[in-house]
Amino acid sequence: MGNLMARLRRIPLAWQVGLLALAILLPLPLNDYYRAVLWRTGIYAILGLSLNIIVGYAGLFQLGHAAFYALGAYTSALLNLHFHIPLVLTWPISILVAAFFGYLISRPILHLRGDYLCIVTIAFGEVVRLALVNNIFGITGGANGLSGIDQTVLFGLTLRTPLHHYYLVLFFLVLTLFAVRRLENSRLGRAWMYVREDETAAEAMGIDTTWAKLLAFVLGSGWAGLAGALYVARIPVVSPDLARFIESVVMFCIVVLGGTGSIPGVFVGTLGMITLPEIFRFLKTWRDAWMGVAMVAMMIARPEGLWPSRRIRMEIREEE
Amino acid sequence: MQQLLQQFINGITIGSFYALVALGYTMVYGVLKLINFAHGDLFMWGAYIGLTGLSALVALLAQGGPAIIAPVAVIVMVTIALFGVLIERVAYRPLRSAGRLAPVISALGAAFILESLARNIYGASWKTYPPGLVPAGKVALVGGVRISIMQVLVLVVSFLLMALLYLFVYRTRIGTAMRAVSLDHEVSRLMGIDVDGIIATVFLIGPGLGGLAGMIVALYYGSFDFTLGWVFGLKAFISAILGGIGNIPGAMLGGMILGIIETLGAGYVSPQWKDVIAYVILILILIFRPTGLLGERVAEKL
Repeated sequence: MGNLMARLRRIPLAWQVGLLALAILLPLPLNDYYRAVLWRTGIYAILGLSLNIIVGYAGLFQLGHAAFYALGAYTSALLNLHFHIPLVLTWPISILVAAFFGYLISRPILHLRGDYLCIVTIAFGEVVRLALVNNIFGITGGANGLSGIDQTVLFGLTLRTPLHHYYLVLFFLVLTLFAVRRLENSRLGRAWMYVREDETAAEAMGIDTTWAKLLAFVLGSGWAGLAGALYVARIPVVSPDLARFIESVVMFCIVVLGGTGSIPGVFVGTLGMITLPEIFRFLKTWRDAWMGVAMVAMMIARPEGLWPSRRIRMEIREEE
Repeated sequence: MQQLLQQFINGITIGSFYALVALGYTMVYGVLKLINFAHGDLFMWGAYIGLTGLSALVALLAQGGPAIIAPVAVIVMVTIALFGVLIERVAYRPLRSAGRLAPVISALGAAFILESLARNIYGASWKTYPPGLVPAGKVALVGGVRISIMQVLVLVVSFLLMALLYLFVYRTRIGTAMRAVSLDHEVSRLMGIDVDGIIATVFLIGPGLGGLAGMIVALYYGSFDFTLGWVFGLKAFISAILGGIGNIPGAMLGGMILGIIETLGAGYVSPQWKDVIAYVILILILIFRPTGLLGERVAEKL
């Protein structure tokens, strides 16, 4: 038995090293366009993993995640434009600001469940977007957004090419993966899954459910803020389009269609929602429709997602 | 005072659009406990089908005028009602026993399909209805307040429809069955009610009204694009929540209140922030009174 466990643990390690090597080598033979596609994939994978904390682990339906992505991007851009803080130093602040807004917004609505939480988060996302469009406090630049942001300088190296930025995002993606893997198996991670499955029972077992849900929102939102800051690191223009509802839906689909609560699922979802439509342009005009068909078909045929976590699949299949 | 009254009339006009669309949300929520995200896009399709129908009739008869609105309105209602039933059959019925979140995702999916179809078929540009269908005159009311013929038409039609619906739901056998189904599917089935048939009826009536509202809104504003469904749908949904979701008079009341608040907000606070006002109302209602103004249901129960 011990031998088997050790073997089970060893196989994923070889896989992990192999996948990392692949991720490092993959962009080298490609041109800049495909390198940029890979960069985008990395950004959305980070966003997916951050949303997975909220939707997947804690089971809270967040359909306004793009707002935190935009908040992170705007924080980074504003600090750089007004105070000339180097972009690298703005990243932690982006995380904190997005996390703080995550706290503010989720605090009063945690008691709502399911579809109602969905609706409130949609409304919050739209409020953030409209506030950015309406140039709130005169600092967000209205519908055109902000431009003229500096280039990223990392330890004396100016990041210029898509390849540089790909590796930057890859670094943070690996960091994120490490963090969410640790979270998943932590005391907090188990508390989240307990809350997701049965809130009353979780409460009876002594889990502070409000605290657990709040932490999921704060951590997930903060990490989306980091993704926003990484976006600004490469694209020196931010606009309210970052917070559009469709962006939130794309992130939501990455999590739900890939496999709620599953880390490989997030990558499958990102591949289907971001990478493939970028490579096959014809998919892009019909992306919304294809997303819609995927959502309906998946809910009917395979509600646990393409690559579900073992726990979720068992839960869903057991109910039948 | 005169300005206030004028804003009030404009608010009621917009509120009656919200109310017509909100009825679709609230009826579906009543029988299925499902937020039908596709409803806003069915409403938007009503505007497009109306465009096709009106343009074709104007071209065919080589003349415009109010007389051609009625037949097109019937076509719009029937088409969108069939869309609604189709969506229920394909996207919702297989998920009837699958908990409450799978159908919500499926509904969002259906909404995206409808929106994407509209954008790819009709194009992303703004569409305008043929001009001169409704006489442009205005009628003076007391105190210098004026109401346009279009507004009179909108108000008469929507109040008539709402009254008919109210009578249908509260005074007929099918309406009674509908209310029974919204209380309990199993018991209704035991009482000999064809539950699937009733749900299909709801998906005929709700989208039918919504589609007609789409055409009326497009007539009222003159132009629209494929994003109409999303914004209007969300506002109508807010109306339904405001009045108490699942409650038919509540949807009418909620629509009126939201229309008036929004118009007053746009007039006295800032037109840019009027959408934000609506969303903030939604958030406040769900936090402090999730049952809405007239609702008896508890919104947070899963």
